Amino acid sequence: MNGRAPPRKGKSLQLHLEVHWRENFELRAELNSEYRDRRADAIKRVIANMTVGKDVSGLFPDVLKNMLVYLYLMNYAKTQPELVILAVNTFVKDTADQNPLIRALAIRTMSTLRAEKILSYLGDPLSRCLRDENPYVRKTAALCVAKVYELKPELCVDYGFVDVLRDLVGDGNPMVVANAVTALSDIHEASIMAAQSAAQNSISPRDPEEEEVSFPIIPAQKFVIDSATLSKLLLALNECSEWGRIAILNALAKYQATGVEESEQICERVMPQFQHSNGAVVLGAVKVIMVHMRNVEKQELVTQMIRKMAPPLVTLISSPPEIQWVALRNINLLLQKRPDILANEMRVFFCKYNDPPYVKVEKLDVMVRLASERNVDTLLGELKEYASEVDVDFVRKAVKAIGQTAIKIESAAPKCVQVLLDLIQTRVSYVVQEGVVVIKDIFRKYPHSYEAVIPTLCANLDELDEPEAKASLIWIIGEYAEKIENADELLGIFLDTFKEESYAVQLQTVTAIVKLFLKKPDHAQAIVQRVLQTATKDSDNPDVRDKAYVYWRLLSTDPAAAKAVVLSVRPPISLPNTTVAPAVLDELLSEISSLASVYHKPAATFIGKGRYGVDEMSKRRADFDGADTSTRKALETVVAGQKSENLLDFDTDEPSIADTSIATNTVPAGYAPSSAAVASVAAAKNPLDELMDLFSNSNLQAPTSAPTLSVTSPNQASVAAAAAASSLLDFDGFGGLGTSSASQPTSKPPTSQKPSEDLLGLF
Amino acid sequence: MISAFFIFNQKGEVLISRLFRSDLKRTISDVFRIQVIANPDVRSPIITLGSTSFFHVRVSNVYVLAVTKCNANAALIFEFLYRFVSISRSYFSKLDEEAVKNNFVLIYELLDEILDFGYPQNSEIDALKMYITTESIKSELAVREDSAKITIQATGATSWRRADVKYRKNEAFVDVIETVNLLMSKEGSVLRADVDGQIMMRAYLSGTPECKFGLNDKLVLEKRSDRAKADNAVELDDCQFHQCVRLGKFDSDRSISFIPPDGEFELMKYRSTTNINLPFKLQTHVVEPTKSRVEYAIHLKANFDPKLNANDVVLRIPTPLNTTSVNCKVQVGKAKYVPAENVIIWKIPRIQGAQETTLTAEAELASTTHRQAWSRPPIEVDFSVVMFTASGLLVRFLKVFEKSNYQSVKWVRYMTKSKGTYQIRF
Repeated sequence: MNGRAPPRKGKSLQLHLEVHWRENFELRAELNSEYRDRRADAIKRVIANMTVGKDVSGLFPDVLKNMLVYLYLMNYAKTQPELVILAVNTFVKDTADQNPLIRALAIRTMSTLRAEKILSYLGDPLSRCLRDENPYVRKTAALCVAKVYELKPELCVDYGFVDVLRDLVGDGNPMVVANAVTALSDIHEASIMAAQSAAQNSISPRDPEEEEVSFPIIPAQKFVIDSATLSKLLLALNECSEWGRIAILNALAKYQATGVEESEQICERVMPQFQHSNGAVVLGAVKVIMVHMRNVEKQELVTQMIRKMAPPLVTLISSPPEIQWVALRNINLLLQKRPDILANEMRVFFCKYNDPPYVKVEKLDVMVRLASERNVDTLLGELKEYASEVDVDFVRKAVKAIGQTAIKIESAAPKCVQVLLDLIQTRVSYVVQEGVVVIKDIFRKYPHSYEAVIPTLCANLDELDEPEAKASLIWIIGEYAEKIENADELLGIFLDTFKEESYAVQLQTVTAIVKLFLKKPDHAQAIVQRVLQTATKDSDNPDVRDKAYVYWRLLSTDPAAAKAVVLSVRPPISLPNTTVAPAVLDELLSEISSLASVYHKPAATFIGKGRYGVDEMSKRRADFDGADTSTRKALETVVAGQKSENLLDFDTDEPSIADTSIATNTVPAGYAPSSAAVASVAAAKNPLDELMDLFSNSNLQAPTSAPTLSVTSPNQASVAAAAAASSLLDFDGFGGLGTSSASQPTSKPPTSQKPSEDLLGLF
Repeated sequence: MISAFFIFNQKGEVLISRLFRSDLKRTISDVFRIQVIANPDVRSPIITLGSTSFFHVRVSNVYVLAVTKCNANAALIFEFLYRFVSISRSYFSKLDEEAVKNNFVLIYELLDEILDFGYPQNSEIDALKMYITTESIKSELAVREDSAKITIQATGATSWRRADVKYRKNEAFVDVIETVNLLMSKEGSVLRADVDGQIMMRAYLSGTPECKFGLNDKLVLEKRSDRAKADNAVELDDCQFHQCVRLGKFDSDRSISFIPPDGEFELMKYRSTTNINLPFKLQTHVVEPTKSRVEYAIHLKANFDPKLNANDVVLRIPTPLNTTSVNCKVQVGKAKYVPAENVIIWKIPRIQGAQETTLTAEAELASTTHRQAWSRPPIEVDFSVVMFTASGLLVRFLKVFEKSNYQSVKWVRYMTKSKGTYQIRF
């Protein structure tokens, strides 16, 4: 390839054009040469120029005479439609050639030309090729139908191509069957998309005039498998190529079984595919099994399937890293549905030193999911090892994983804490910071259990410079203020720099000092005055100010109520078994190995029209017949989370989109690098809004006219409400409970009504 | 499915560009160049920008990229990309910038055949080689005769085999290649030891031979209540087969039967985790007596039959980042410090079974203000041992049945190797 420099400006552009023209001229001469090899050589150069983006369309008539010709044509047919017509005759002639390869090539090329004028000539040759005696031609023609449908659906209807495709599903040749299934699925999706855009009257990707004529009259071309087709597909499954198998497995996953027996039959026939060497076939088979297993009643069959599923999944972990990663993301999903699948296989997920970072992070996640009392010692040893590696991101995740293990397995918690302390003593800044955050979580799970570690934490105060770590330490100091002698001094340090701290730290400082005051009223009078004054006067964040005002009024009017609110006992946290709502999980499991399952997000959130509306979700809800109220609420939470996110942002960030920290899944990952941090910010910010809503329900104007906030609500119910709110007022690192739905910063009254009701219900 | 396929060089120049669907423009390649090639922070193999997803694989000095706009099958796309890489390697022995530039016409032809409208079609190397060739075009008549056969094969139930193969001498070679994955802790306990096995076959057999293949698979031998043999049998955790193997039959009675492709192919892959024979034992004694010195004593023992040999044994022993010089002494082979990689490389061309040898080394360190302790990455051992299987797997038989009932000769070779997967912490 000739790598000539791109044109710059003025003179050089002129020069470039001249060179370009001369080059084309030479090419033309060679294309018309009488020697065959020279002609072939010239064609190659034309294609080379085309690849690097040079315009060689001027050579159209010359190229036409010469098999690479097709490639050239495909490239320029769109821009030079009138010239393409010159080629049509040759093509139509070629589709009747004696050589099946030529027939297939001609029909394939014609259908890829994407020129309106060609299409009108395509009908007859295509219907001939669809019935060709040679399977190679038939399988090529089958896909052509999908191509034509994309360009001009009415042509397919006129010639009845879609019906011919349906007949081809019963073809004797497995490749033809597979391609017919592929084409039908493609058309199915395209027609649904078209129907949607027609319904919405929005601009479709095609020409506007064409759209108006075509859409209303095209009936949706749905591809629904019936029982008769099913048996044909199951038969073809064992005979066709790996890619064909994937297409058929996809179709099987979408099939609605008519009864238990049919589901069982599908499962039994698909199971052998676990032994295929192509990872995509294995995942395809897993998908079909997960879908149809829901209907299987025979318990022993289910156990057998689960048992047979594990080894191939493990084998995928020794494939190339990209496939490994896709497999790991899917295994993560599978474990959420069936935690028992890989119970004895933790060792294969141990990270190799030279694994790419995205694989390591996923393995870590799977390891924590597989942690149990039996293997926790080995796991901790590994995690400690990882925490001394060099990759900062991975080390942090490893430290976090230690905390998750402690929360998951109570008996292992003391060991986890010991490991964390060892790590904190290395005094590596990011390890210490992450360690503090994690220990805070452990305190939330096991209150008053590991107080002995507090002095070590406080000794590392100077190491902390990240808001989340600072906020965590402040929370710990506030929570255990009565046991820390110099708590006021420590908190004083943060108060001195109050204005420079981030809001999360400010909020924590306010709460912690109030706690300190309630626990040790004699010592902390001065400091509480100071913090409330600073927060109300100097903070430029309304949440911080409001929080300080609320505390202030509480303290000045009814210290006992303040105690009940601020020092109330919080429910211990737990590690959620799932990172996605159950209904979404089921949907994702029926799309295993697709992008959606890799991202752990329904497809509509990242393709199509971008936003994932509530309408869409409620439509979906109707599909899940078994969806009870809790799933509905969960779905709403998902919607709320999803709305505020921007995929463009987070994709460039990190591979792990649904960052499965202990925080709830619905935290918009696009907010900040670490979703746990987001959780703390969001949760710390929003509860106040929530609180205001709560009280405005009882006809109280909260910020200004509420000097007697809890006094005017004498009944016990409001105390309960206050207690509920207190857990929110308090630092809540795990936006647990209903707060996740509050991750929308601007919650308007009608939407925020529900979360606050949920909260009340919970207590 | 796949809307576009690109190959880029390291600078981000487009070497190959092929659009398969109309939902993308050629300029999408610029987005990838800017967002991925020019951005060193990208860590994920899939990037989704807006509704467009980019799947890429790096092979030597090129990026192979597939772009899609739908909720595509991610596993399929990566499998396809790797298949493309292996097809390219088999056509022009390697895949790098130079090879792509020299063979771009061939690559376009291949792409057209293996992808249609973004759906992978026929990717069997043997079948492809029949009609996509580097040679000049044959005479019209010959082509016509052949192509009928080709098309039947490319779509047939045995797309991997021609019907009219003929050999004067019928032979089949079986290579059992095992890769050992080992992770050993500082304390010397085995954290993970398993074997990824691969059975490669080269079949030079006439006609349409029906093959049956038998291993010392514990499940099979136990079923036949062959107690004596079952004791030496190997437990396979998982097997995966070439598409020629009848999976249904394996699923029902664990027998491996197939009609092989002509020439070389990977018959099966397997995984075993029980009773792994580790071919090398390592004893490490590494101390840091002062802040400026590390002392190594690495004792290597070949833990297999004295009649066998291991070849190309390479130990990579990590040193701290601030190492200035290393003084090493070995009894066998050669050892030297490679500053660029921060490792001592100890190469032993050949070592006999049961042999033992030691490396002693002293690394001098530059003084540093860096506070973090040295993280001590694991020592890696690479090797290959011929006629040895770490899992204990043996080929019991390979039977060939053909209509003409010819005699065939079969050869079996075993090899156990490791390439960066045998890791020992110290």
